[in-house]
Amino acid sequence: MPVLQIRDLKKSYTAPDGTESAVVDVPKFDLESGAQAALAGGSGSGKTTLLNLIAGILRADSGSIRIGDASMTEVSEPARDSLRAREIGYVFQTFNLLQGFTARENIELGMMFGRGVDRAHAAHLIGRVGLTDRADYRPRQLSVGQQQRVAIARALANKPRLVLADEPTGNLDPQNARECLALIREVCRESGAALLLVSHDTGILDSFPLRFQLSDINRAAQPAATTGGPR
Amino acid sequence: MILGLLKIVGRSLRQHVLSTVVTVLSAALAAGLVMAVFSIKQQTHAAFVGGPAGFDAVLGARGSQLQLILNSVFHLETSPGNIPWEMYREIAEDSRVELAIPYAVGDNYQGYRLVGTTEELFTRFEYRKGVRFECTEGGRFFDPALREAVIGSVVAEKTGLRVGSTLNPYHGLVYDPKMKHAEKYVVTGVLKPTNSPSDRVIWIPIEGIFRMGGHVLRGTGTEFKPEAGSEIPDEHKEVSAVMLKFRSPMAGFQFDQMINRQGKAATLAWPISKVMAEYFDKMGWVDRVLALVAYLVVLVSAGSILASIYNSMNERRRDFAILRALGAKRRVIFTTIVTEAALIAGLGGILGWVVQMGILAGAAVVIRDQTGVVLELTQWHPALAIAPAGMLVLGAIVGIVPAFNAYRTDVAENLSPVS
Repeated sequence: MPVLQIRDLKKSYTAPDGTESAVVDVPKFDLESGAQAALAGGSGSGKTTLLNLIAGILRADSGSIRIGDASMTEVSEPARDSLRAREIGYVFQTFNLLQGFTARENIELGMMFGRGVDRAHAAHLIGRVGLTDRADYRPRQLSVGQQQRVAIARALANKPRLVLADEPTGNLDPQNARECLALIREVCRESGAALLLVSHDTGILDSFPLRFQLSDINRAAQPAATTGGPR
Repeated sequence: MILGLLKIVGRSLRQHVLSTVVTVLSAALAAGLVMAVFSIKQQTHAAFVGGPAGFDAVLGARGSQLQLILNSVFHLETSPGNIPWEMYREIAEDSRVELAIPYAVGDNYQGYRLVGTTEELFTRFEYRKGVRFECTEGGRFFDPALREAVIGSVVAEKTGLRVGSTLNPYHGLVYDPKMKHAEKYVVTGVLKPTNSPSDRVIWIPIEGIFRMGGHVLRGTGTEFKPEAGSEIPDEHKEVSAVMLKFRSPMAGFQFDQMINRQGKAATLAWPISKVMAEYFDKMGWVDRVLALVAYLVVLVSAGSILASIYNSMNERRRDFAILRALGAKRRVIFTTIVTEAALIAGLGGILGWVVQMGILAGAAVVIRDQTGVVLELTQWHPALAIAPAGMLVLGAIVGIVPAFNAYRTDVAENLSPVS
């Protein structure tokens, strides 16, 4: 059964001059449970908007998104928040860690709004991303690669069914990018979570057997101008 | 969830430690001021209106009842004049009077006034129900036939006089080094503190005031200078006031009719507490101005809490967006900010107790030196609970503005650049 089902999803923005411009227009998109897929798209192609719609951060104009059995589009905002907390892990390009909290606390914060704080699981995750000795470090005390590892652990904190990764290696050097990408894929595989990763980097996209051009599924998107050329 | 929320609030406060500390201190100052104003008001009111319970009334020269009380009970102000000794004898022998003690004033020592009186002040007068004046160890009350003095605890502390010390009184109620009397008095006792104006008095035998060099008696209307070694005829004696305790409230009413309404020779200030209450009512505007100033400081403090949190909103918008992306509901963000504001104000309110005690300690020194009334730093007043609670609520209310701002945070816009 698909963990993610999108049907006739539409989202448009009103430009300052008053004109409406469609950003997302996805007739159909499914992602099977435990699958790992990459979405290729250039700047302004609506990648982040699509992920935010899936995560329930943005509200769709029309259409439906289902996460497993639950609808993300037919419920109130608080219900979307709960669904996001419990079923979706999100890895950002800029990590988005809370600077006032340690690595361990950032992971526990992720749990707080979902299935509740589980210190043992948080410790396991921190060990899994190789940061046991840095658990009590604040983000500023960590390298960018280590910060993204914390973000990956946080995304897995609530044992989600779907992990969304938005350009997760965009701010990392090639070495860290490779390691983090491998880590995301490993931990998602281990936990059984499906992974939907968006990127414009062909090197990354090539490593995914299941990959899509955003322009193929999003009628509002222009063909991708990825770093390695359109695919 | 609540613990997690408090943790978020705590971290936020730590991240903005300087502005947090300054804001908490401003809230503490505001709460402390409010508490101090009401506490001082309550204690001074109680001391002046309910304090001199030992006497019911004061009999003195025709004039202002308030001046009579301030002069004889609180040992402030000048004496409104004297009344003949005969008047004291008459009222003292009246069956409706339980106790009548004469006071004669006119001299001071380093600004502390000497009050001439009789031994009954020490042997019969109870300044509080069941409590009489007592000397500290090694002291005794004066012998009325000798030049001896019993001093209050504040006098002892401020002048350094001890049992065995000698003092030369100065003429008048205001200290003037040029007005030194030749008579030398020996201190025989230091009174234990009573937390009343009596602590600021030097008690000497009433004959001492009569016979002080340069004093003249006008009991008959003509001047009489007492001579050493000879008795002073009663008709020449006069007193500044007679402190009275009646056997029943009806007696006070009857004397009031007789002395104040039908007679013209003297004034009876009765009941003392009522006269003082009327005085405090007239002076109520001072309390209201002080309270208004305190409330204004509270408002300024509330404004500083609002400004402090509101100014931090821009840099924290991303944090709110991250929390929302992690699944925090808008109301959690709202509650976090309201809690933060309430916590700052509440902490200030609690620290306000310390500020209040500091203000009270400062005020207590001045009030004790001026009036003998001692403020209790730890005396309970409802304001001690209401002010911190009020600050907490006020903090929560002013927190609503930035909380609403945070509530409206656009998650997608504040997370990362849209691609």
